[in-house]
Amino acid sequence: MTVCSHFALCVDPYRWHLPADASAHGPALDRHLLLNLWIALGLAILAHIVLIAGTVVRKRGPEPPNRHTGRIEYLPLIAFSLVFLWLAVRAERLWAGTRYTGASPEAMQVEVTGMQFVWTFRYPGGDATFGRTSPELVDAAAGNPLGIDPADPHGADDVVTSELVLPAGREVDLRLRAQDVIHGFAIPELRVKQNAVPGQTIHIHLTPTVPGTYAILCTQLCGLGHYRMNSNLRVLAPTDFAAWRNAREQVVSR
Amino acid sequence: MMTPRSAAELSSRQHPFRKSFLVHALFTTDHRLIGLQYLALAMVAVIIGMVLSLLMRLHLTWPDRVIPLHGPILPEDYLALVTMHGTLMLFFVMTTAPQAGFGNLILPSQIGSRRMAFPMLNALSFWSTALALVVLLASTLVAGGSPISGWTAYPPLSAVAAAGPGQGAGMDLWIASIALFAIAATMSSINTLVTVVRLRCKGMTWSRLPLTVWGWFTAALLSILAFSVLLAAIVLLMCDRHAGTSFFVPTGDLVNGSLHAAGHRGNGSPLLWLHLFWFFGHPEVYIAILPGMGLTSMLLANFARRRVFGYRLMIATTLAIGLLGIMVWGHHMFVAGLNPFAGTAFSISTIAIAIPSAAKVLSWLATTWRSRPSYTTAYLFSLGFASLFLTGGLSGPILAQPILDQYLHNTFFVVAHFHLIMAMAGVFGLFAATYYWFPLVTNRLMSETLGRWHFWLTLLAAYGCFLPMHLTGLMGEPRHYAQLAELPGSAANRLLAPTLPLNMHITISAVILVASQVLFFANLAVSWRRGLIASANPWQATTLEWSPALRAHSHPTSDGDLAPVEAFRRPCHYWSHHNGWHFLPQWDSADTTEPKSE
Repeated sequence: MTVCSHFALCVDPYRWHLPADASAHGPALDRHLLLNLWIALGLAILAHIVLIAGTVVRKRGPEPPNRHTGRIEYLPLIAFSLVFLWLAVRAERLWAGTRYTGASPEAMQVEVTGMQFVWTFRYPGGDATFGRTSPELVDAAAGNPLGIDPADPHGADDVVTSELVLPAGREVDLRLRAQDVIHGFAIPELRVKQNAVPGQTIHIHLTPTVPGTYAILCTQLCGLGHYRMNSNLRVLAPTDFAAWRNAREQVVSR
Repeated sequence: MMTPRSAAELSSRQHPFRKSFLVHALFTTDHRLIGLQYLALAMVAVIIGMVLSLLMRLHLTWPDRVIPLHGPILPEDYLALVTMHGTLMLFFVMTTAPQAGFGNLILPSQIGSRRMAFPMLNALSFWSTALALVVLLASTLVAGGSPISGWTAYPPLSAVAAAGPGQGAGMDLWIASIALFAIAATMSSINTLVTVVRLRCKGMTWSRLPLTVWGWFTAALLSILAFSVLLAAIVLLMCDRHAGTSFFVPTGDLVNGSLHAAGHRGNGSPLLWLHLFWFFGHPEVYIAILPGMGLTSMLLANFARRRVFGYRLMIATTLAIGLLGIMVWGHHMFVAGLNPFAGTAFSISTIAIAIPSAAKVLSWLATTWRSRPSYTTAYLFSLGFASLFLTGGLSGPILAQPILDQYLHNTFFVVAHFHLIMAMAGVFGLFAATYYWFPLVTNRLMSETLGRWHFWLTLLAAYGCFLPMHLTGLMGEPRHYAQLAELPGSAANRLLAPTLPLNMHITISAVILVASQVLFFANLAVSWRRGLIASANPWQATTLEWSPALRAHSHPTSDGDLAPVEAFRRPCHYWSHHNGWHFLPQWDSADTTEPKSE
């Protein structure tokens, strides 16, 4: 473990040790993040050079006169503002691209529910409709952790899982819910994070691109088991995913 | 109607016998003693908070170690440490020491006054704060222990006792403590504002106010807004817990098997708490840092023997930071369930705050540029403040971009950001203030040798501790995790394993950082009794707290008997002439057609 992590530290300094990136929107986000980091590092070094050189230089210089406020204060300030304006515009365009509009109508639907201290995932099944849930019906011991109403026929074919399985290359519309307290749904390797809030259903959408297994973390302090509220995301090739889904749906219909 | 001042005099006249020192010290209405009381309280809080952070670091690195007299640190213990560390440091150190501590000790004399506007209210504020600290610490003793919901106390975790250990009686005590603190901070801010507005001496115009006073003044304005909203939120939270309301908890919330419905009316929203809390929480960090920013401007100028570069601009940027500071709270909520358009709006206001902050840094760079300063410890800590503030500050605009926050939110990148810009820079401001104003309290100087060792060790250990946190955050390490290995998810273990060597490095740096503070406390203790005797104005300062008229009478009986104080010019008036350095203090009535400093 130590060897491989040191290896990672050696080979990957230009990416600031960001983990692998397996989502469609991720590479643009990474490019923007790395651009920001390099600019911040450059400005920090520049300011420290001025600060240190200015105080250790042997000869005392003249006091900067106030009439030079424009040159010393406003000029660098305008340059600084323009850089950050440019970064902000780039950032808002990326933000708008991922958040301002919802998922496309053909996106796959999956519901994610956070509860102390597990993530539970639900697929709507063959009828493409989630069954009604009710907190009064929640009974994890009886195999109904989400409280799916047996009186609602839409719920009969719902597939409930403890790991998130998605096909590569297809957009997914995740509806986030929380049963008890606020949880933070995060998949660092897919560059996504969104809180699940009790009383709200929050939609995010993304497209996984690279098959593999990725960590799902809770990133909002939710109680004593916060650190162990993690789960796996398995991204499968489309054919593998279809096989997995058929198998799960058959188990439910039986 | 009797003013608080005359009431205080009356009560002291009713007790003609000489009070013992202890009684005097405990029930004093003297602003200097109250300032020292606040500083002593902050010192108790910072020592506890520091030890708690060390326990957190040691646990993260060696999770199986057993703490003597306690046993293993359980996950809930770890979160209780997180909560208590944050609450102690934010409220009882970073709000208390710069604003109420040094504010009381120094502010009145910097404006040429011998008292605060409301001495009784001042004492009441201190004792409420002290009581708040006792109540907070008492939460460790009740069943379930201290709360585990962090200093931000997001509901429903904080609203429902069943949500975890510490969320019962411990949480009630936390709420009571914060309510008391908010009341005390509001009283204290009113006192500061009225003092600055009403008690400035003759000639102390607004543009002649030292930048430290502008810092305290702006922080007090923010405090009144922020703490009154926090108090309201805290009351609503208490009602949700005990009065059957549902401000923050939605209908059908199911926590640990208990359904939030029976006995509670209405359908609340946890997001309401986030709005109210961060409307307080973000100005709060400016309350913590603004006095330090003002002090840094003044000390860099003082030891560089120069004017503050762009004095009026520095006043304007202080106020601009204060104003923008109340319009940015939503940047804590980019991924909290806010409308994404709101994310854009808060992102723009947050990036805008970088502009006045950058203006301050540029002024510091211009003031120190080729100045051949005298490298006193106070000066070094001011330079350190500038360094930490700009290093921590540059990650601010990164976090202010919602698309990047979507990756960085609640990772150690954020922990690195605020520990550098607020915690470390803030503490460096406090150290600078202590080394600089120590002679004012004791007539002695602190040891410069110990001071330099303290500075360099603290600076290097602080960077050693907090710079690598940016990297572990970028690797994906989340905050508030009681352990980083042996997690149930196989992919989570694989993701976090590369952070472990850096985390070891961070922990070792944290141990050095805490150990270095022994030098500071030793310096305080030794110099208090045996420090070199200071001259009347050891730093050749220009501000009024060093004026002979104000230094001679620290405990006046009435203002009338004393020499009048007048300010004749702006602070930081220095110039060099062929026979050396000259300075004109604010209190010097010399002809103001002095050689031009420009």
